[in-house]
Amino acid sequence: MGKLDLLQGTLDLMVLKTLAAMGAQHGYGIARRIEQVSGNEVLLNQGTIYASLVRLEQRGWIESNWGVSDNNRKAKFYAITEEGREQLAEDARYWERLTGVMDKVLAMSPDMGGEEGAA
Amino acid sequence: MSLLRRCRKRVRAFFNKPALDAELEAELAVHLEFAIEENLERGLTPEEARRRALASLGGMEQAKEQHREARGLMTLDILIHDLKYTLRTLARDRGFTAVAILILALGIGANIAVFSVVNTLLLRPLPFPGSEQLVRILQKDPKGGESSMTYSTDAMQEFQAKNRSFQQVTGYFAFSGSDNVKLMGNGQPQPVTGLMVAGNFFPTLGIEPLLGRQFSAEDCVKNSRPVTMLSYPFWKRRFGSNPGIVGQTIDLDGTQFTVVGVLPNTFDFGSVFSPGKKVDLYAPAILGEMEDEGNTMALVGRLKPGVTLGQAQSEADSIFPKLLSNLKHPEYGGGYTANVTGLKDYVSGKLRRSLIVLWCAVGMILLIVCVNLSNLLLARAAARGKEFALRTALGAGRGRIVRQLLTESLVLSGAGAILGLGMAFGIVAWLAHQGSIALPLLGSLRIDGAALGWTLLIAVTTSILFGLAPGLRMGRGDLQAALKDGGRGASDGRGHERMRAVLVISEVGLACVLLVGAGLLLRSFLHVMDVDLGFEPSHSAAISVDCNDCRDPVKRGVIWQQVIQRVKQIPGVEDAGITDNLPMSVNRSWGISAKGHTYRKGELADTFVYVVSPGYLRSIGMRLLKGRDIRWEDNDKTQAVVVINETIARHLWPGEDPVGRIAEVGGAEAQVIGVVADVHETNAETEAGWQMYLSTTAPQYGPEGANLVVRTKLPPAALASGVTRVLREINPGQPANEFKPIQMLVDHASSPRRFFMMLVAGFAGLGLLLAALGIYGVISYSVTQRTQEIGIRMALGSSTGRVQRDVIAKTLRLALAGIVVGTVASLAVARLIATLLFATSPWDAGAFAGMAVALLAVALVSGYIPARRASRISPMVALRDN
Repeated sequence: MGKLDLLQGTLDLMVLKTLAAMGAQHGYGIARRIEQVSGNEVLLNQGTIYASLVRLEQRGWIESNWGVSDNNRKAKFYAITEEGREQLAEDARYWERLTGVMDKVLAMSPDMGGEEGAA
Repeated sequence: MSLLRRCRKRVRAFFNKPALDAELEAELAVHLEFAIEENLERGLTPEEARRRALASLGGMEQAKEQHREARGLMTLDILIHDLKYTLRTLARDRGFTAVAILILALGIGANIAVFSVVNTLLLRPLPFPGSEQLVRILQKDPKGGESSMTYSTDAMQEFQAKNRSFQQVTGYFAFSGSDNVKLMGNGQPQPVTGLMVAGNFFPTLGIEPLLGRQFSAEDCVKNSRPVTMLSYPFWKRRFGSNPGIVGQTIDLDGTQFTVVGVLPNTFDFGSVFSPGKKVDLYAPAILGEMEDEGNTMALVGRLKPGVTLGQAQSEADSIFPKLLSNLKHPEYGGGYTANVTGLKDYVSGKLRRSLIVLWCAVGMILLIVCVNLSNLLLARAAARGKEFALRTALGAGRGRIVRQLLTESLVLSGAGAILGLGMAFGIVAWLAHQGSIALPLLGSLRIDGAALGWTLLIAVTTSILFGLAPGLRMGRGDLQAALKDGGRGASDGRGHERMRAVLVISEVGLACVLLVGAGLLLRSFLHVMDVDLGFEPSHSAAISVDCNDCRDPVKRGVIWQQVIQRVKQIPGVEDAGITDNLPMSVNRSWGISAKGHTYRKGELADTFVYVVSPGYLRSIGMRLLKGRDIRWEDNDKTQAVVVINETIARHLWPGEDPVGRIAEVGGAEAQVIGVVADVHETNAETEAGWQMYLSTTAPQYGPEGANLVVRTKLPPAALASGVTRVLREINPGQPANEFKPIQMLVDHASSPRRFFMMLVAGFAGLGLLLAALGIYGVISYSVTQRTQEIGIRMALGSSTGRVQRDVIAKTLRLALAGIVVGTVASLAVARLIATLLFATSPWDAGAFAGMAVALLAVALVSGYIPARRASRISPMVALRDN
């Protein structure tokens, strides 16, 4: 089985959650974290993370500053803002509802619905 | 709020591109370093560590592009990119670019110019405040020229007092000709054109004087101090725009007039009320002195707010029939009717259809231009097929390619529109100064905001029209076929050719319609030129003659005899005569009836009246059919004489010889002494009405001014100085009036038809040229495409003649198909312009045949050039090629 393709908009949510959980982090760090958490299940072109970051920053959900990493390299660090946290909570709720619905729909068995489409 | 912020950030990001790109670059570099470091720690070789890092990043360029897209205005970025690319491609292909822009400029320029004319004459309101309230009041069924469109001063004042629909009713004196006043000063008296208007004329129109004041009530009473207002151009020309002129006096015909005001530049009487006429100054009509002059005032009114034309009309219908022409003489009666017409409708209503036809014709030109451009672009697109295929292979979407092509067409049509706008500016400026074209409002012609908007609209529409077809075609292209080098002559090429053939056929069809329209209008115009006017304008010229003593019929006779005798001595002058009014200029009408007859209502008609000297009829080239000309001795106090035209003879004495009969003319008895052929009084197209000629020496009748008409085979200009000298010798006060060929009057009367005919013919010519270009393009392209094939055929023994014949046959097939389509369309269109034609059937065989011949000839020429090229293909070269 191949890797999972990311659904539209899910990357933004992942980035927000990662930042909320880990605190300020640079692009590489975020990308690696998402890969690790997903158990390498996600097909992530690490480059795409930067489009997501600039998008989130323009919306005011994260902010960025150049800083120095653990191994003494200059890197751009991103941190979630208050507004970003609110957005994250909202998006997470939405996502949970959606997955809840998806679970139910996918749990449908032939005897439950009886629709012609089930055949 | 956040949306706004995001937009702002995106715009800022767009303009801050280099800095942001650099930052991203740095970020990505660090990213790679982190990745490589981690991979090294895992024990990979440096090369492998770097390769994997790059792989998981998923492409540097893609990351950057995505970033740009997310942060900035991608569409604008692409647009700029497309624009740069377009400019590069167009610059590389200069010949194509120049032809395309020129064609577009011609089409768009013609459209802007015609739109400006249509806008000025039809769409824009008249140049008066609240102009929709302004109306012209005319008599119903005006057959007798100005006299039957005017009212007496008493009737005007009565209506002013009695109506409830109008804020104001006003009028102007309808019978003054050009150069009717002498401006005395230092040196020779100058001819100027004066016009009498009712005191409230300018306030009714909503015209405020630029300097000074309006006419006051005191200015308009008997024996008041004479005052005048100057028109702006006259003030500028004669008085050097000197504001000090207000309050000073000027000498007009020996009377001192005080200048009380100067009118604004925006007011041009002639352009609204009398196309082609330039009025220099205005004087208030002293109504108390004009009551015995009969119908003299042309009526204009301003409706009260909220009053409709219909309400005003029904009120006028109840008031006018009861009005008297002269309150002191109720026995004269009135017999007035009124037709309340919106002023705008009066001014340009008659031109509506012509203008719309013109608009359609020029629109058709634009369509032809689009088709032509489409064709050129298709040819180019075919040549660029590989380029696009390559771009598609490299990942450009179909939308991107269509967008690129549309950008190209937008750039082309934009450039064409700018050049066309320049052309239109030239045309419009030129037209605005054509005083000889009797079209209203021409002086106020200009390119305004509406015209600019129109330009933008047609530029964009055009570019979409001609850019879309090739764009879609290209976007659909078969990648593999296009990329293969042998694409030439493949099926895609054939599809292309079919599409181009269809385009050419429709182009030829459109040109056909234009040619037929122009042909029909040209035939009509020639027929108008051919009309027997009843006089011969070609060898006559006239000059307005000043005469102070001419109120007295005896002195008048003596002076005119002297003038005519002296003028006839000038070498080259064949005949000379005096008339008060010339045909196709100012006119007036009285009544005529057979004595002792009673007539039913409507049996008699308003009759154009001319007070003339002996010899006038001959000098203007009229034909005396029966009886004799007027003599100097025709001055009997008890019985006058009259020469009538055929129409009067037919109506009053049907089947009898009218010569010798007694008629009642203008309240006096007159014996009919002659019958002349009908003269087309107003223009060549309207039927001649009732016309009569009275003796200038008769004490019963007074002339209205005087014109000397001279018959000569010489060009009038050669005689001008001699005639003026003679007139000066007899009357030193004779102003420097223009010695005008009578032909000028006739040309002026037919100038609107000439104007429309010339324009449509011009468009047809342009259409023909474009069609030729289209045919040439397609044939030439197909020859190029088939170079190899032709080469092989020639190598196998086909003769050059055969090759040529094939190419020409193909051309003619295209042209014929276009002509068939065009003929069908023309048949439908011809019916629509039938009302604009004169003595010409909309199915005039000549026009259709002419169109077919012109198109075939042009097709032949445009096919011959590529055919010649085809026949010169060297088989060796053709086969080696590629």
